[in-house]
Amino acid sequence: MSSILSSKWTKVLVFFLCLGPLGYLGWRAYHGRLTANPIEYITHYTGDYILIFLVLTLSITPARKLLGLPQLIRFRRMLGLFAFFYACLHFLTYIVLDQFFDFAAMVDDVAKRKYITVGFTGFVLLIPLAVTSSAGWIRRLGGRRWQQLHRLVYITAAAGVIHFYWLVKSDITRPVRYGAVVAFLLIFRLAVWLANRQARPQTLRSPVKLTPTAGS
Amino acid sequence: MLIKKSSPWEIPYSEITPQSVYLSRRRFLTRTVAAGAALAAGRAVLPGWLSPTGAQAGTKLTGVTKSSYGTDEKITPYEHVTNYNNFYEFGTDKEQPAKLAKDFKTSPWTVAVEGEVAKPAVYDLDTILKLAPLEERIYRHRCVEAWSIVVPWIGFPLHALVKMVEPTAKAKFVAFQTLFDPKQMPVARHAGIPFPYVEGLRMDEAMHPLAILCVGMYGETLPNQNGAPFRLVVPWKYGFKSIKSIVKIRFQEKQPPATWNLATPNEYGFYSNVNPDVDHPRWSQKSERRLGEFLKRKTLPFNGYASQVSQLYAGMDLRKNY
Repeated sequence: MSSILSSKWTKVLVFFLCLGPLGYLGWRAYHGRLTANPIEYITHYTGDYILIFLVLTLSITPARKLLGLPQLIRFRRMLGLFAFFYACLHFLTYIVLDQFFDFAAMVDDVAKRKYITVGFTGFVLLIPLAVTSSAGWIRRLGGRRWQQLHRLVYITAAAGVIHFYWLVKSDITRPVRYGAVVAFLLIFRLAVWLANRQARPQTLRSPVKLTPTAGS
Repeated sequence: MLIKKSSPWEIPYSEITPQSVYLSRRRFLTRTVAAGAALAAGRAVLPGWLSPTGAQAGTKLTGVTKSSYGTDEKITPYEHVTNYNNFYEFGTDKEQPAKLAKDFKTSPWTVAVEGEVAKPAVYDLDTILKLAPLEERIYRHRCVEAWSIVVPWIGFPLHALVKMVEPTAKAKFVAFQTLFDPKQMPVARHAGIPFPYVEGLRMDEAMHPLAILCVGMYGETLPNQNGAPFRLVVPWKYGFKSIKSIVKIRFQEKQPPATWNLATPNEYGFYSNVNPDVDHPRWSQKSERRLGEFLKRKTLPFNGYASQVSQLYAGMDLRKNY
């Protein structure tokens, strides 16, 4: 398993799998199967895949720990960048197809409609993450600061779910499903963080005896 | 008094509808697929168009006169109007009702007319079809979700039924109710709105000649997903007021409840007149996308029917009474 995950061909395969949803959308467009309202269909379709790729990206860390497969880290950046890629498509669909460059209407939307405000915020927060996703930027920022910056993805994931939840008229089944998955992934991190914090005072602090009551 | 005269917008029906083309193409495809399936399976398969349940929808309506209450705008293709529906009893995705309402039982069907009327009645569908001469009305239909269609509905003025049952002086409102059968509508429980679906009109709105009871469209009886066997069409209000598959009509003194208003009162009011100046909290109502068109078009007050209906609301604050 670990040798398969380490193979460069696996990475190539995953790359093309990530393009699959776009290919399928193209196939549907070619065959005229984008429903009676193609612009709405493309908007919802690309929106769905942002959430799917955000969930996949956030799943890497828990999966590495729970499945004991540290090699999975090789795919995290690519999945994250695909989330950004589908977010760009989603945003471009809105600007070009839906609003057709009607900037006054778009400013109005972002200011007045809270589901668009929150969705737009989530998208904007992804930009610095995409920009700093290269190895060079990790070096420049330093691992710790880079990691702190990239925690913004938690906010984007939550914003994406809220965006979807506020958009639907009444049937909340699907946004709640995404919300449950994102909540699980974030709570997992919180649990790990709390466990580490509890473990730390004994290992780090007790030998130097700075706080005699620590750990109690 | 409506004077029937020939106007430039009264284009012969055969010229403006591409529906027969769509239909014949679809039937051809169905038959081809069915035949192919039969061959592949090596046994007799009863094709869809021969099965007893498939026979109800799409029956030609004869003796339909053209009404001058109509628009000369381009009719939306039949395929769009029948595959992009809000009918939450059959799913909240636009394409679900066409699939999930396929076996919806619309015959036998009865409608109870009750409440503040001298002549309460239970009508069966055949009686309804003969209540008044059927007219074709080509109306704009504007959804609150900012899309719109142009549909050649077939029906008769709602006031024909109202007059027949003789409302009493106490009848100030008309309440409508859609059939709710959880057995036939298993996905309804995910919809997030209360059922049965209910709607209402003020008496003067119900008496307005533009408000029709609709039994068909594109020359045929209504497809199930479009509200078979019969529905209301109120073209100057958002689409959700045009309640589908009606089983009860009740005349009453009090303003009746309306489903979307019950579900989210700050988003949907009782009147729900199309109004570009009053935004829905989650989307602008200034413009709309006509299905099949790329650029949005401006939304008109009362969906373009202002000259006919605005006097109904004289003196009312339409921002408050949204």
